[in-house]
Amino acid sequence: MQIHVNGKAHEVAATTLAALLAELDYHDKLVATAVNQTFVRATDRPATPLKPGDAVEILVPRQGG
Amino acid sequence: MRDVPFKVYDTTLGSRLLLGTAQYPSPAVLAAAVKASGAEVVTVSLRREAGANRAGESFWTLIRELGVRVLPNTAGCRSVKEAVTTAEMAREVFATDWIKLEVIGDDDLLQPDVFGLVEAAEILVRAGFKVFPYTTEDLRVAERLVGAGCEVLMPWGAPIGSGRGLNNVFGLQALRKNFPATPLIIDAGIGTPAHAAAAMELGYDAILLNTAVAKAGDPVTMARAFALGIEAGRLAYSADPILPRDMAEPSTPQIGRAFSDLPKRA
Repeated sequence: MQIHVNGKAHEVAATTLAALLAELDYHDKLVATAVNQTFVRATDRPATPLKPGDAVEILVPRQGG
Repeated sequence: MRDVPFKVYDTTLGSRLLLGTAQYPSPAVLAAAVKASGAEVVTVSLRREAGANRAGESFWTLIRELGVRVLPNTAGCRSVKEAVTTAEMAREVFATDWIKLEVIGDDDLLQPDVFGLVEAAEILVRAGFKVFPYTTEDLRVAERLVGAGCEVLMPWGAPIGSGRGLNNVFGLQALRKNFPATPLIIDAGIGTPAHAAAAMELGYDAILLNTAVAKAGDPVTMARAFALGIEAGRLAYSADPILPRDMAEPSTPQIGRAFSDLPKRA
């Protein structure tokens, strides 16, 4: 199915947020996630289903002012 | 006069300088600047990973090795929803309930959207966050933020990154006078240590800055200069400065001056 990850269209096999992170090689990284602008806790990722058209944000620590 | 410790949300900090971590020429310069500044708090953000080089991971390792406390921001958020979601994401990743809350309302001046700011602050305080709101010197907005549960206020000195210093000294003085017990941190617009010292002389508790250090020709030396300027300003404030006068007043005693018996003008 097609979803958006960090603003870009992706064709993915994953049907949950946890599976998506594994598919995109984020599984061992410190990231924060949101689906359709709603925060999803790390512990909730396995039980968070994805559907076509979902907008997923995967964010990492960066410099800030 | 003995100074009181700088305390925010029950945390006592040894430095009154909070430093941003963006725009440095290299990670090594950033690390050296943080050390030179003496800052115990640095600001950080969450962003999409750019490329496959795991820059986020190496940045976070560097910050942890510095042993400083982090203040995550919601920089660039333009709605309450964006800011609240970003804050929740930051709390999980950075393992802190501190959040520098920015809700930006204007593209050119990066002016805070104070209506969205108050709304987001109310939501985040209810959710257990310790909110550091990036605001203006507006008294009513400050009152609303404190009423929402913000125990610190961070008015701008001037627009973010402008280096213009304190645009509205009168307004900042009024804010200080109206909120004598609330820690006030100047956030944004500082260009030189003189600006920072001036804010401290007004009685502000601390300074948060980034660009003035990161974009200086020598960020490490500038970080040290800011540390000294802020310390000087705070000392001056605690030492009760004299007030400006309209007329000159000789500092050397007039009594016993030679020729004092002669006419003043030939």
